[in-house]
Amino acid sequence: MTINGKVIKFASNIDTDVILPGPYLVHTDPYELAKHAMAGLDPNFPEKAASGVIVVGGKNFGCGSSREQAPIALKYSGVQCVLAESFARIFYRNAITIGLPVLVCTGISSKVKEGDELAVNLQMGKVENKTNGSVLQATKLPEFIMEILENGGLISHLKRRFETNE
Amino acid sequence: MNIIEKILANASGKQEVSPGEIVEANIDVAMTHDLTGPLAIKSFHEIGAKKVWDKHKVVVILDHLVPASSVISAGLHKTVRDFVKEQKITNFYDVGRGGVCHQVMPEMGHVRPGEVIVGSDSHTCTYGAFGAFSTGIGSTEMAAVFATGKLWFRVPEVIKVDVTGKFQKLVSAKDLTLNVVGTVGADGAIYKGLEFCGSTIRDMTIDGRMVLANMAVEMGAKAGIIEPDKKTLDYVNARTDKPFTAVKSDKDSTYERTVNIDVSDLEPQVAVPHSVDNVKPVSEVEGTEVNQAFIGSCTNGRLEDLRDAAKIVKGKKIAKTVRLIVIPASQEIYLNAINEGLIKLFMESGATVGNPNCGPCLGGHMGIMADGEACISTSNRNFIGRMGSTKSFVYLASPATVAASALTGKITDPRKEAEV
Repeated sequence: MTINGKVIKFASNIDTDVILPGPYLVHTDPYELAKHAMAGLDPNFPEKAASGVIVVGGKNFGCGSSREQAPIALKYSGVQCVLAESFARIFYRNAITIGLPVLVCTGISSKVKEGDELAVNLQMGKVENKTNGSVLQATKLPEFIMEILENGGLISHLKRRFETNE
Repeated sequence: MNIIEKILANASGKQEVSPGEIVEANIDVAMTHDLTGPLAIKSFHEIGAKKVWDKHKVVVILDHLVPASSVISAGLHKTVRDFVKEQKITNFYDVGRGGVCHQVMPEMGHVRPGEVIVGSDSHTCTYGAFGAFSTGIGSTEMAAVFATGKLWFRVPEVIKVDVTGKFQKLVSAKDLTLNVVGTVGADGAIYKGLEFCGSTIRDMTIDGRMVLANMAVEMGAKAGIIEPDKKTLDYVNARTDKPFTAVKSDKDSTYERTVNIDVSDLEPQVAVPHSVDNVKPVSEVEGTEVNQAFIGSCTNGRLEDLRDAAKIVKGKKIAKTVRLIVIPASQEIYLNAINEGLIKLFMESGATVGNPNCGPCLGGHMGIMADGEACISTSNRNFIGRMGSTKSFVYLASPATVAASALTGKITDPRKEAEV
């Protein structure tokens, strides 16, 4: 699974309140949530992300609230994958759960600029910067997490488990 | 093993576990609320599950937007009520029956030492104050728990936070908590556990310990835990008759590192916008003007907090430029505050008192901030836009500091205001 896309870059400690502000939590439709992705920092984000982008963050990406609506809003706005120096725990689990690939990639924030073209190989954890030619190694995802992502998230993954059990 | 390792080993049927190991643990209690519950219910149906694994182990609490703040939130409440009815869930706290989930959970006897508790809310870590392993999860993971009663965890490395010394007058658990967050950092405990210990913790009340455990997630921690002692057992035994096994860390248990904190000289602390670890002593931010002051939330809406704040405002009027919003965290606390005369003191000072709910802390309702406004708040997050406009400012502080600031209209050291 290789993901190609342009980078939209953010700083460290991007919290789920800026990824999806509290007032929009009343929505359950993912496309409605997507309209407000990153509303706390950049109201024009959904427009920029629509073409299919890769978000690059610093340390502690997704800190704060447990709202699963935050990775949902990113995914449905067009974000194909998030690369960061580190992730907050609940955001990380939620992203995998809803089928948004997230990779820990040390050094990414200094090696990648806004607008760079990246090619990310999920299985290998290889991040190729096509704009400047550099290659970074991200932490590979464990097999059982890759399996959830390949199934499109935890729901379809569990659905299978349930169907086989019944 | 330390306390977290012991709980996870017991819950996954293992003799021993060590950091980094992935275990599948049996869940003792699963809690959800009105903002993350509907999504969990949607996922539960989507995975094709028919019945929750144990209708007595699920706790559902409406607290974020109660009473309903809009037609949309009323719809969310209805979704949750229908699910509770359909699944015959026995522990349901509707509007007027409970209050803020993290207060209602221990208060109504749903938290016991040694248990594994998950909630679809990040501040679920609060129950660590009772020696339980409790942590926040997402909605779809909650759906998986509803269906199976199990969830995988990575056994975390644990950082020991050893606290000693006696608090100065009008310095409280919140000041210590903010100081710990400032010291450890917003990402200092990602994926880790925090164990709070030391003489100061042993001296602290249950209310105070809950403040500390509550904000463990603000350092990225998976859990913040305190060994159960007599105070814990007295509290818990008075509220539940379900059996439990309290566990403690072995003397030779391993920790990633130890953080030592002495509170003897600690002055009131304030977390300055827009980051929880941007913590300064109150003397450095004194005089900053505020438009709103909020006393409440799962961090500081308990009786002890209301007493601290009431002592400061007693017989005085808040500044004309300030709205003081007081929200007791539960029905029980609200009633006790009325009986103690605290609510009267607040109202006479010019405060508005609201029904138990999360409201303003997350910019939900009951006190949303406008562009350019500043709020001093006893809650737990000061992120951009957390309490309303993305151009507003949130300062986090103790109930005493918030009350003192409401009197002057500026961030104020409560020790000065108490002298007047």
